[in-house]
Amino acid sequence: MSSKGAGSNTRQIISKIIVYLLLGLGSIVVLLPLQWMISTSLKPLSHVFRFPPEFWPQKIVWSNYPDALSQLPFDLYFANTAFIVVLCLLGELIVSSIVAYAFSRLRWRGRNVLFIVVLATMMLPRQVTMIPEFIVFRHLGMIDTFWPLILPSWFGNPFYIFLLRQYFLTHSRELDQAAVIDGCSRFGVFWRITLPMSKPVLGAVAIFSFQFHWNDFFRPLIFLLDQDKYTLALGLRFFQGTFGTEWNSLMAVSLVVMLPLIIVFFFAQKHFIQGVVFTGYK
Amino acid sequence: MSLAQFVKKQSGFEGLNITYQRGETVLAWAMVSPWVAGFLLLTAFPMVASLALSFFEWNILTPPEYVGLANYHKLFFTDPLPLHALKITVIFSLASIPLNIVFGLSIAMLLNTNIRGLAVFRTIYYLPAILSGVAVAILWQWIFSSDFGLLNTALRAFGIEGPAWLGSKIWVLPAFVIMRLWSVGGGMIIYLAGLQAIPTDLYEAAEIDGANWWQRIFRITLPMLSPTIFFQLITGVIFTMQIFTETFIMTDGGPANASLFYLLYLYRQAFQNFKMGYASALAWVFFIAILLLTLIIFATAKFWVFYEAESDEDN
Repeated sequence: MSSKGAGSNTRQIISKIIVYLLLGLGSIVVLLPLQWMISTSLKPLSHVFRFPPEFWPQKIVWSNYPDALSQLPFDLYFANTAFIVVLCLLGELIVSSIVAYAFSRLRWRGRNVLFIVVLATMMLPRQVTMIPEFIVFRHLGMIDTFWPLILPSWFGNPFYIFLLRQYFLTHSRELDQAAVIDGCSRFGVFWRITLPMSKPVLGAVAIFSFQFHWNDFFRPLIFLLDQDKYTLALGLRFFQGTFGTEWNSLMAVSLVVMLPLIIVFFFAQKHFIQGVVFTGYK
Repeated sequence: MSLAQFVKKQSGFEGLNITYQRGETVLAWAMVSPWVAGFLLLTAFPMVASLALSFFEWNILTPPEYVGLANYHKLFFTDPLPLHALKITVIFSLASIPLNIVFGLSIAMLLNTNIRGLAVFRTIYYLPAILSGVAVAILWQWIFSSDFGLLNTALRAFGIEGPAWLGSKIWVLPAFVIMRLWSVGGGMIIYLAGLQAIPTDLYEAAEIDGANWWQRIFRITLPMLSPTIFFQLITGVIFTMQIFTETFIMTDGGPANASLFYLLYLYRQAFQNFKMGYASALAWVFFIAILLLTLIIFATAKFWVFYEAESDEDN
């Protein structure tokens, strides 16, 4: 072992410097794609295909944004997406927390077996059930409506049930029992005690749900046909098909589509990170 | 650790002996009923239905026709594409998952060294993990552009002439692996939380015993983190094998089917060719493949996943 004092001190300083260097370099690498996206979105098309490429735009064309967005019925796609996302989010929050309450705070026969089924469905690739699901919704006459995108969220999501249950389990049962003795109904306990105490995990579920449905592409692709019903993801794909090489416009629209997520991330960062940590708790 | 043990540990019902109250049971079933209904309607029935459908030929419009094992015969013997698609999907996963774990762990370890600005670094590294879908796919398509893209521009700064990436049969899979590495922050956050939960006295004791940095990582950090890594590995397999949007947007499976991931092929059969029976067979084979991979990983767990409770029994 090296002697304590000057020698180990310089070694510590050097290793600190290396750590900061690595983290700094990594940060640049991580941020570069976003910088590239913003930079491209502001270039005139003639500059996009300049060789060698300009790292910073030499001429900034703000009008790329309104021009590109006007090629889409952007408002309509935004409204469609927001409508679907909000209804999915509400369904997942409400139903998953009710189900999770039964799995964590109530004692009943069949609980263990059923919870194992919940865990198993968490691991199931959704595409396996996609075809029959498509057929079911087709029989119900719901193809090309928002129903196939929204309805499944109102049956509870196994991943969120798992997350909420893990969190509810950390509350003490004594509080529930005291409330019941004071004449509070079981549902009252859920509504007035469990939910208010679970804001961090509810926030995490809301954010995950928002993130998932905002980005979702596979299900809208399968279930929506009429262009007036497109979500932003489908609209973006359509835009790409039409303006495939106008990279400045493509970057502008893509960035606008990402923007709500980035904004929510910066405002609710704590919930995001907490939420991910809940999921990682083995 | 077996699957059953894992689930039992997950469920947290070990050692509960309880009496059930009738009212509570009724209420509980009422509360879980939406999920039960959803499970029957949107999972159990579709699973069985797709298994049944896989023995039929059906284009949705005309009545289905029973064909026995013909779909499976075609899948394994006459149509070369399903096994090719499965192969490249597995190769992609075998490259992408370990790299994501190694990078995620390394960044988390760097962040866990009492540095200033932890919150800022964490935000930067985590940001790409929240973005996904079509917008990200389009961004990366542009980054991989061979003449004007960011990646080859950066490589040129080092005097390297980069490949055509998405246009190259050889480089298209590495391109997808690189793209997925961008969102390494998702796993990193989880490892960081795991690292912060390791008691510091373990490291202090090791230092007193003369353990070097390398030994501390392999004897303390990694074993303590192994349950987290295990969980990430399992979810990583399920998530990574399902790659779809990126290939649909960026390459449409090309060039020459080099990025024809399994779900893209499944999608084409089901929703472009309307071969619902064949697509159901494809879906079931995919399901079994993922299940097998997951079970293999579970089987290896007893060699490398370390649970504190188990070590107590050893002592």
